[in-house]
Amino acid sequence: MPTSAAVLERPPDAVLSRAGGALAKGVATGYLTIVVLLPLAALVWSARGGGLGSFWHQATLPESLAALKLTLVLAALCALVNAVAGTAIAWVLVRDRFPGKGIVDAVIDLPFALPTIVAGLTLLALYGPGGPFGIDVAFTRLGVLFALLFVTLPFVVRAVQPVLLELDTEMEEAAASLGAGALGVFRRIVFPNLLPAILSGVALAFARAVGEFGAVVLISGNIPFRTEVSSVYIFGQLQSGNEQGAAAVSVLLLAISLGVLLGIGAFRRWRTRHDSV
Amino acid sequence: MSRYVLRFFALGYLVLLLLVPVGFVFYRAFEHGLGAAWEAVTTPQALHALELTLLIAAIAVPANTVFGIVLALALVRGRFKGRGLLNAVVDLPLALSPIVVGLSLFLLYGRGGWLGGLAEHGIKILFAVPGMVLATMFVSLPFVVREVVPVLREIGTEQEQAAETLGARPFQVFRRITLPAIRSAVAYGVVLTTARAIGEFGAVSVVSGKIQGKTETLPLYVADQFESFNVAGAYAASVVLALIAIGTVVGLRAFQPKEVH
Repeated sequence: MPTSAAVLERPPDAVLSRAGGALAKGVATGYLTIVVLLPLAALVWSARGGGLGSFWHQATLPESLAALKLTLVLAALCALVNAVAGTAIAWVLVRDRFPGKGIVDAVIDLPFALPTIVAGLTLLALYGPGGPFGIDVAFTRLGVLFALLFVTLPFVVRAVQPVLLELDTEMEEAAASLGAGALGVFRRIVFPNLLPAILSGVALAFARAVGEFGAVVLISGNIPFRTEVSSVYIFGQLQSGNEQGAAAVSVLLLAISLGVLLGIGAFRRWRTRHDSV
Repeated sequence: MSRYVLRFFALGYLVLLLLVPVGFVFYRAFEHGLGAAWEAVTTPQALHALELTLLIAAIAVPANTVFGIVLALALVRGRFKGRGLLNAVVDLPLALSPIVVGLSLFLLYGRGGWLGGLAEHGIKILFAVPGMVLATMFVSLPFVVREVVPVLREIGTEQEQAAETLGARPFQVFRRITLPAIRSAVAYGVVLTTARAIGEFGAVSVVSGKIQGKTETLPLYVADQFESFNVAGAYAASVVLALIAIGTVVGLRAFQPKEVH
């Protein structure tokens, strides 16, 4: 039988990649197109509206610019706090020993699992008007930052933790025996090893903070030029019937998200190339 | 000494940002007794919101599980042009604002949108369950893919090739060899997908139209009750969602991939 002989001569994986592979590729691309790409294409199309001029006009209205600026500043602050606190938490979870560590480790995932609106309500109950501590950050930028910190907590911790687990302590011990202090060991040995993980965690936290809506919407009070972030601005524009304005700012947020993802990808490829050399 | 400072800082940050707020919502929900909280979450509106939330998850999670596995297979085993782009698109929902997701669907299926004509033919997507399912599918798409991809890379193709040379058909190879190897990664991804599907707020709130008793999910119900000054109802429903989240965290522990611990 010539057909079966031909099949046998081919490398075995060729059969699978020909039959199953083509099917998987087609199904995967089709699903992504319907669920993700088609809606995003419609968004970009609507933002273009009456041409590039009107897109630019909508994107640079004073209120939309103020919201975008606040969004970027708060997301950057949030990323910075996460870089420090996230690394510290990861360190404590890997290197420290204390009772209840397992529970603390599990709790880190809670912001991923908790609906964002519940996160917002939660923070408002405690740090809003009539809260038990007498702290009231409702309708302030600080309140918005709190909400962003809540939802982005796991990114840096979960990025740094596995790297820290695999990091050999021999180098640190050698440095310490040569007289380096705890801070010196961290700065010269641990930190450079953790930096890539910290950066990719920080980038994801930044992207998440730029787009966050549910956790922010209750606590920010949505005061234009003061506490209104871009996602809330988009929602407001849509509700007042300015679809093109909403779409224009959305395209900017989409560009930021894509930029962050492509940046992380490029950074990873750059590192693997340099590691293998 | 520095160890204790660090421990104090890390745990203090977690307690103030995470544990005290979540604990306080439980306190506020139950401060008028268990009966009052039970009454608040068993109103017809709340029950309908819970039902709708579960229905949407029951459609979106299996869809993203099946297609997530296929996507992971295509990304790892396939060799074709545009694979890098496919990879970036899969991650996009993780980094994109849910409001942008909702708006995109709104513009695609709304009046004047490319597929806006579907509504005239009686296929209602916007302000109805299909639109909410699509929004949920969009935002929870990456989780299964992202968990399965590294496992597929790690197991390689040797066993699959061996099975194939022994005469197994592609689907048999998948069911007997590939699926058992990725099972716990899939489970982990499913838990994450479910949590996101149940909790999604921004994207769903744009496409739902928030019609009480019709297109209101439990997260939307929380916001609605809070804004209409029924704070007790909002807290009670929040506790239901928080319990689901805690269940998720416990579930994640159970399916934790080996490389973390």
